[in-house]
Amino acid sequence: MFDLDRWQEIMSALKKNKLRTFFTAFGVFWGVFMLVVMLGSGNGLRNGVISDFGDFATNSVFMWTRPTSIPYKGLPRARQYNFKNDDIDALRREIPEIEYLAPRTQGGGFDGGNNVIRGAKSGAFSVMGDYPEWNLIDPVVVYNGRFLNHADLNEKRKVAVIGNKVFDVLFAPGEQAIGQYIQIQGIYFQVVGVFKPKNSGVNFGGDKERSIFIPLTTFQRVYNWGDIIGWFAFTSKPGTPASVVEEKAKTLLKRRHSVAPDDPQAIGSFNMEKEYNQMTGLFSGISGLIWIVGIGTLMAGVIGISNIMLVIVKERTKEIGIQRAIGAKPWNIISQIITESVFLTTFAGYVGLVIGVGILGLVNYVLSSSGAESNMFKNPSIDFNMAITALVILVISGAVAGLIPARKAVSIKPIDALRYE
Amino acid sequence: MIRLNGINKSYITGNNQLHVLKGIDLHIKAGEFVSIMGSSGSGKSTLLNIVGILDNYDTGDYYLDNTLIRNQSETKAAGLRNQYIGFVFQSFNLISFKNAMENVALPLYYQNVNRKKRNRIAMEYLERMGLSEWAEHMPNELSGGQKQRIAIARALISKPKVILADEPTGALDTTTSYEVMQILKEINQEGITIIIVTHENDISHMTNRIIHLKDGLIESEVLNGKHPVVK
Repeated sequence: MFDLDRWQEIMSALKKNKLRTFFTAFGVFWGVFMLVVMLGSGNGLRNGVISDFGDFATNSVFMWTRPTSIPYKGLPRARQYNFKNDDIDALRREIPEIEYLAPRTQGGGFDGGNNVIRGAKSGAFSVMGDYPEWNLIDPVVVYNGRFLNHADLNEKRKVAVIGNKVFDVLFAPGEQAIGQYIQIQGIYFQVVGVFKPKNSGVNFGGDKERSIFIPLTTFQRVYNWGDIIGWFAFTSKPGTPASVVEEKAKTLLKRRHSVAPDDPQAIGSFNMEKEYNQMTGLFSGISGLIWIVGIGTLMAGVIGISNIMLVIVKERTKEIGIQRAIGAKPWNIISQIITESVFLTTFAGYVGLVIGVGILGLVNYVLSSSGAESNMFKNPSIDFNMAITALVILVISGAVAGLIPARKAVSIKPIDALRYE
Repeated sequence: MIRLNGINKSYITGNNQLHVLKGIDLHIKAGEFVSIMGSSGSGKSTLLNIVGILDNYDTGDYYLDNTLIRNQSETKAAGLRNQYIGFVFQSFNLISFKNAMENVALPLYYQNVNRKKRNRIAMEYLERMGLSEWAEHMPNELSGGQKQRIAIARALISKPKVILADEPTGALDTTTSYEVMQILKEINQEGITIIIVTHENDISHMTNRIIHLKDGLIESEVLNGKHPVVK
């Protein structure tokens, strides 16, 4: 494999017609280059979209009430109803597959009027009544202070965790917000934390950065919501599909609120797992397509190599005849030609791989240095395994490409090869 | 060294069968210097190819150094050629991308001798041919006589028992031809059997035994270039 004479022979064969060698190698180069760039772009697209989800629990389900559409138990259709505090315990008790349960109420910010005041500053923000579990479903980074906890809920404390844009509006830059009081819809709350979102792609009830989280129990008491819950968010335990929990919760909530079991409208829900799976399924499809197209392009290049190797063998028939007359065994000839083919394929492919990765790196650099926060395209790259896979495919296809010409070379009898002009 | 009994060989081209060798009986002892003569189509090259294990024969027996040579695999044939036989061709058949020394060393490459050692041995043989200062030159920079001497060095390097030369002087002028024949004679004097195919009378008369082929049969033999032995 690594002896000088063999490489001398390979180089001489390839140098004999440099332009032809170049074009042949270009076919493989282009195949690998396209494969790498396409795979990298597919990954970029996937990374971009999936980073929109951030740490959002992808096995989560959201559920809210809607007017009923079927009369049931003497109750009319189009009846409005609400989830209640009791439902929280019932869900936890009767559906063990639920991992985190976060009921939520939501108010303010929609009508455009300024609802939050601090001294001379004021702004219009969404106000959420929350459970601490919310931070396990759509996590935020509390970069100053803390998130809500169960003590806040039990004691119905008037504390608030505010979004970074809320801070920007109500506080001067660098000002310490923790411990300060803000007036939310007429009631004073103490700020205990400032957060910024981990993702910007998923929002419920307004921009998170412009939201204020307060304890759900406090919300219900100070804004006269009684025991009404706005909506439920929950996640399934690992191993249980979210859709199972979704169905069970719907059945339970319908029974508890005297809604017809077959009412399709009365409970609205959103299944993040389903959306996420559709998305990842789409990307798997895209990358499958890329592999098919990429391998096809690569194969075209490899077939080109095989063709050229046939021509080279034909041109060198006499030379091969001489070598065989002075003692070259068929295996010497076969391995020589296969090495040549593998070398040409792998070299061209490797250049394609390097340039492809280089282009992806350049795109990455331009994307990140321009500072544009692109939502659709992020960190286009191929992983190391893919690169290794591509190289292995190259070596194998190079060997296959060399096989037919090599067999042809030894199928000619040495005496015929010697006479060949 | 070489014993041929009733060798028949025919080529089939399409529907035609061409009977080239029609029962050759020939015995060449070790150390002989033999030339095979005949008009074109007489089968002399075919005979040389069979003796050189480049071609198969149909019927008969061929013993090389008391070993029966018949229907061996191509790998085995390559090994036998490498071990027993050195070839010298009319058109020299040097490998164009290898320099003189590498060309001479090539048979040792197929014996897996390492590069350093085989190049050293190749230099010794080049020196014998008086070509050591041409060692680094490529074949296209050399004259016909030089090329043929390199080819002879290449044939000798594997220490063969037999040298087969197919028209070794066919592409050379008279002076160079005689030089090449002188070299072959010296090699013969070291005990190596040499068989030359030629159609030049003066060349054949420098050998010790002349075999005339005609239409696939041995027509006559001349010993020492003196008295013809009619079979």
